[in-house]
Amino acid sequence: MFPDAASTFASPVDGAFLFITAICVFMLALITFLMVFFTIKYRRTRHPESENIEGNLLLEIVWTVIPTILVTAMFYYGWIGYREMVNVPEDAITVQATGRMWSWLFEYENGRKSDTLHVPVNRPVWIKLVSVDVLHSFYVPAFRIKKDVVPGVDNSLWFQPDEIGSYDIFCAEYCGTGHSAMLSKVDVMPEKDFQAWLEGAGAPAPLSGKELLKAKGCRGCHSLNGPSLVGPSFRGIFGRREKVMTGGREQEVVIDEAYLRRSMLEPAADVVVGFPPIMPSQKGVLSEEELVAIIEYLKTL
Amino acid sequence: MSPMQNSYLTQSGTRRGLLAWVLSTDHKRIGLLYLVSVLSFYTVGVLLGLLMRLELLTPGKTIVQASTYNAFFTLHGVIMIFLFVIPAIPAIFGNFFLPILIGAKDVAFPRLNLLSWYFYIGGAILVVTALFAGGGPPDTGWTFYVPYSLRSGTNVSLAVFAAFILGFSSILTGLNFVTTIHRMRAPGMRWMKMPLFVWSLYATAWVQILATPIVGITLLLVILERLFGVGLFDPAKGGDPILFEHLFWIYSHPAVYIMILPAMGIITEIIPVFARRTIFGYKAIAYSSIAIAALGSLVWGHHMFVSGQSYTANVIFSLLTFLVAIPSAIKVFNWVATLYKGAIDTAPPFLFALAFIFLFSIGGLTGLIQGALSVNVYVHDTYFVVGHFHYVMFGGTGFAFFGGLHYWFPKMFGRMYSKGRATVALLILFVGFNMLYFSMFLLGLQGMPRRYYDYLPEFHTGHVVATVGSWVLVAGLILMFANLLHALRKGEKAEDNPWGGKTLEWRIASPPPPENFEEVPVITSGAYDYGAR
Repeated sequence: MFPDAASTFASPVDGAFLFITAICVFMLALITFLMVFFTIKYRRTRHPESENIEGNLLLEIVWTVIPTILVTAMFYYGWIGYREMVNVPEDAITVQATGRMWSWLFEYENGRKSDTLHVPVNRPVWIKLVSVDVLHSFYVPAFRIKKDVVPGVDNSLWFQPDEIGSYDIFCAEYCGTGHSAMLSKVDVMPEKDFQAWLEGAGAPAPLSGKELLKAKGCRGCHSLNGPSLVGPSFRGIFGRREKVMTGGREQEVVIDEAYLRRSMLEPAADVVVGFPPIMPSQKGVLSEEELVAIIEYLKTL
Repeated sequence: MSPMQNSYLTQSGTRRGLLAWVLSTDHKRIGLLYLVSVLSFYTVGVLLGLLMRLELLTPGKTIVQASTYNAFFTLHGVIMIFLFVIPAIPAIFGNFFLPILIGAKDVAFPRLNLLSWYFYIGGAILVVTALFAGGGPPDTGWTFYVPYSLRSGTNVSLAVFAAFILGFSSILTGLNFVTTIHRMRAPGMRWMKMPLFVWSLYATAWVQILATPIVGITLLLVILERLFGVGLFDPAKGGDPILFEHLFWIYSHPAVYIMILPAMGIITEIIPVFARRTIFGYKAIAYSSIAIAALGSLVWGHHMFVSGQSYTANVIFSLLTFLVAIPSAIKVFNWVATLYKGAIDTAPPFLFALAFIFLFSIGGLTGLIQGALSVNVYVHDTYFVVGHFHYVMFGGTGFAFFGGLHYWFPKMFGRMYSKGRATVALLILFVGFNMLYFSMFLLGLQGMPRRYYDYLPEFHTGHVVATVGSWVLVAGLILMFANLLHALRKGEKAEDNPWGGKTLEWRIASPPPPENFEEVPVITSGAYDYGAR
């Protein structure tokens, strides 16, 4: 039923869940059994004369007090698990996670940037959450953690992964058209591998144009193979004639390097007719080299 | 139609045709106006839900684009919440039966009552306009969270203004009911003799009056922010998006009690009638309605456990959330105890009530699971929440509404439907419902976030079961409504008291005469006095 359990929070969360669920299933079974049993036993054809019992104070007290005790216990279990989630250990590695429509960017203290999160196993990691546009929520089911990423608010969360592997990162707070494409991965690595990755010869190998389209979330809206998604397809895009809206006027353009560059940096300037003007600007997101790499790749499609 | 004695359906006034309805101040006619309009929008909401499920049948694109899907779930939410679940029971059955149940000829302010229907229609027209006007249907989700709702180029302002207008309709109805219950009870109808449906409407009305203005102001501020960029909520201008969440949920959490309390009231009417015995624990049920209304106003922060709200606030809201479960549990125990040593008739309204207790219990108990802080961090904003919400709102309020419809149908229209077909429809509904929404609990535990147009392959099985469930559910709905529509024209003539009820509506003709009572009734016994026969 549960996905992978890969952090130290998994056991308190799953434990509280199972504790509460066990009580709930018991209560539901009891209520359902009595309901069905009484309905059959006292059906009018068999039991035509009813008894008018108006109430019973003792019963009312019993079924007020027992649930009160049970829910207080549930509250307590939920609370103690949560208490751990707010106390960040001092020795935690700090990573800044930036959410934008619709991709994640992770930055380490030594300046290393990545669109997937890499963390060492069995060490606490403190994620500082930054949003550059709207609400997002950083969610890793395998770690049982989630926190909203709120523009202008310093939210953060921490976790300690305890299983090596690769796990899904979702955006859990609705953030517009590409919300369900705002995915990434967290790679939990042995300490040594992590250090090597972090040092990674200073600059990581630059991504190819193709890899960039995936990493920056472009393909959530633009297909490579023809069908229109939220935006036009990339297939055969270079040299294509398109009707675009420029400042409220329709005009026809031939898609060239300048157009592609403008579409990424100022997407609202010329919007292809028939598509909503919703693409976020990639200014500051893509470096000059990355822009060139993407344009070169688009020429080949 | 067979000739009927002078009833509210056939009464001849100074106006004829449609005007005799849309200008009527008769609480029963207004109730029917609401019935027709609310069910029309319910149909639209169901269709949107069906389309959403169809889109989710396969990962990636199945029938529509992401932006269309996002508009679907926004409109499904707005229509179902503001045009169906909130008004359904108070505005239809409350309007129709509240005056009759307390022995009155009408509500305290009949013209205000008609005005609130016009507010409802005005709001509804705005929602429809938002669908087709320039910017396209809103795509923010029914929660209108900022800053996205400030940036979206779609018709958010129109939809938000629609919700604002609909709020007025709700406030006026609440005001009317509080006054009516205080001032218009028949001689001898003391507070502790009132039918429990009236108690539940009373508690609901106070929440409507006190909480709705807050969302009204909040939504106006969103419009101001969108039009003039005031900067109250937009962090880019120094505003606070968390403030919006607080203001929104200060209303919208009590609003779920506006939705569920009257439903509990209907169940409390149905059970003693079909068990043919007095209700168990009258006072416990009456007071628990008030307790739910009061405590329910203090738990809004449990929607914000992962928003960055303070640790202290989270702990307090979690504790209060658990406490609000207790009065709901007390109601469930008293309903079940009312079956004990009854003489039970398993007619359709009763079976709907049993289905309600089962489904609402699942909804309530899964609410406890989410109330626990550590578990909430895990399941918040996943399908677990979607499943929970639909168990409470559809399995709870929806099934109670259907139960009430089958309970009062013979009284409202003077005709009886086929009980066999109604029972079959209920069984189909019940199966489809659980396929559709129980799958969502499992998807949520797997980690499936809500409001996702696309999903990873591991979630496929759950989505297929849910979508097939939606087809079964709709088949049940079609059969149920077809049965009732058929009965409207061809049903047998109903007796004045087909179920053997003791409350006042069963002492007058079916359908009721224009002013309900020929002479003002004098109340000497309790509402569920089956002993004094």
